[in-house]
Amino acid sequence: MTRVRVAGVGLTPFGVHPERTTRDMFGEAGLAAIDDSGIDHEEIESVFYGNFMGELSEHQGHMGPLAAEALGLDVPATRYESACASSGVAVREAVKNIRSGEAEVVLVGGAERMNNLPTAETTESLAIAADDLYEVRAGMTFPGAYALLEDAYFDEYGGSREDLAHISVKNHENALGNEYAQFQKEIDVQTALDAPPVAEPVHLFDACPITDGAAAAVLVSEDFAEANDVDAPVAITGTGQGGDKMALQDRNYMTRTPAAEKAGQEAYAEAGIDAADVDLAEVHDCFTIAEVLAIEALGFFENGEGIGAARRGDTTREGPMPINLSGGLKAKGHPVGATGASQVVEMTKLLRGSHHNSAYVEGATVGVTHNAGGTVASTAVHVLEVVE
Amino acid sequence: MSDDEPARDAGYDDLLDAIEDGEPYYLECAEGHGSLPPRHACPHCADRGLEETPLPETGTIEAHTTVHVPTPRFLADAPYVTAVVDFGPVKITGQMVGVDHDEVANGDSVTIDVGRTQTDDERLVVFEPA
Repeated sequence: MTRVRVAGVGLTPFGVHPERTTRDMFGEAGLAAIDDSGIDHEEIESVFYGNFMGELSEHQGHMGPLAAEALGLDVPATRYESACASSGVAVREAVKNIRSGEAEVVLVGGAERMNNLPTAETTESLAIAADDLYEVRAGMTFPGAYALLEDAYFDEYGGSREDLAHISVKNHENALGNEYAQFQKEIDVQTALDAPPVAEPVHLFDACPITDGAAAAVLVSEDFAEANDVDAPVAITGTGQGGDKMALQDRNYMTRTPAAEKAGQEAYAEAGIDAADVDLAEVHDCFTIAEVLAIEALGFFENGEGIGAARRGDTTREGPMPINLSGGLKAKGHPVGATGASQVVEMTKLLRGSHHNSAYVEGATVGVTHNAGGTVASTAVHVLEVVE
Repeated sequence: MSDDEPARDAGYDDLLDAIEDGEPYYLECAEGHGSLPPRHACPHCADRGLEETPLPETGTIEAHTTVHVPTPRFLADAPYVTAVVDFGPVKITGQMVGVDHDEVANGDSVTIDVGRTQTDDERLVVFEPA
């Protein structure tokens, strides 16, 4: 099985860009990735594209061909939709495509346009990632779903809103200097605690913003990289995907995310590592409690210990297990269908030393990305390693 | 189906009818797992022998949230409390009614009913203190 290398990466600035179509943003990010790879665009054999809510925000389905033509490519192109894990799943399919020998060079990424809708309609659009019959019709919103998880977590393990505020503060701090991040400003714990409630106990600074943006990467086989002298020091050495029941009410656990546990175990096994080998991670902190559930599911912390990790300094830039050095979804932003690919972009830069926070993880060789869909009913995890 | 009357959702609307009639049920498989309709197979073990079984009269609140920022379907309803209630064989999500938001606590015993949203007069599952 050939290893898959990350040859090039690209992003648009994440933020409030209601006037930008997904085809516009993906064109920018994808061409940046191609330029970063130094590979001729004619070498690209296929496009794997993540998008979640194009039908609702842009009245646009069938987005694969649009994604390819935005890059000037005339190749097979397919859209992947798995809620907030859309482009994480696209990355996984792209990796498998190269491993199978089907292709040597592919482009993967995603884009999302959200701010062209009024906030209430965006809330409605995000809610379709939950079970319409049994959750949304009962009044569950997306923040409401994570509020239920947070409420259950507090009940089982304790912890406080202040613990979670430290996650928000950490991720805002990490985004300082990230030119692609939506928020590049520090906040403090008291500001987070004083923010208005969205769905109690989730308050405004527990939640990621609504973001427009795109991300892309060029992936190549190791053979192609060597034969063509492509500078691609980072490899995707493990991919995993896990699933769970769609609705929270049908899950065995409300304080654990087994889909992420399964995805992590699969990705680690492929890479031949375990959690203790991981130097840093980009995880899906759509809400602060989601970061807690992620770092526990990935095996970095015991169940019940993750909530205090940021407060203790374990997951800060200076800590032993830095989490979300990009700023995470909280501060970098969360253009839903682009997020999984953007984690791979950020991790690649962190590992190859070209990230604004690379200095904090000098010598790091193993990074993990964790991209969750819905209330973690689907999860894609990838292991990235420095291989040369 | 007429243009002004949306199609029913078989299984789901049948269950809401039954809750309104005071005869709520869930689907039980041979292994004793519970689920909600429509189902052709148990989501937990794939058993296909699903039987409509009376829902226990009361459940306990497993988790709850007070929603302040709603979707358009619930604009006039907010703020409201959404709860996941454990009835034993199944858990069900609904809105708490007949109790102050601050009084809702996990572990409270509740009964199930069908209410109407204030926004669009749509049916929804509601829970009341037992």
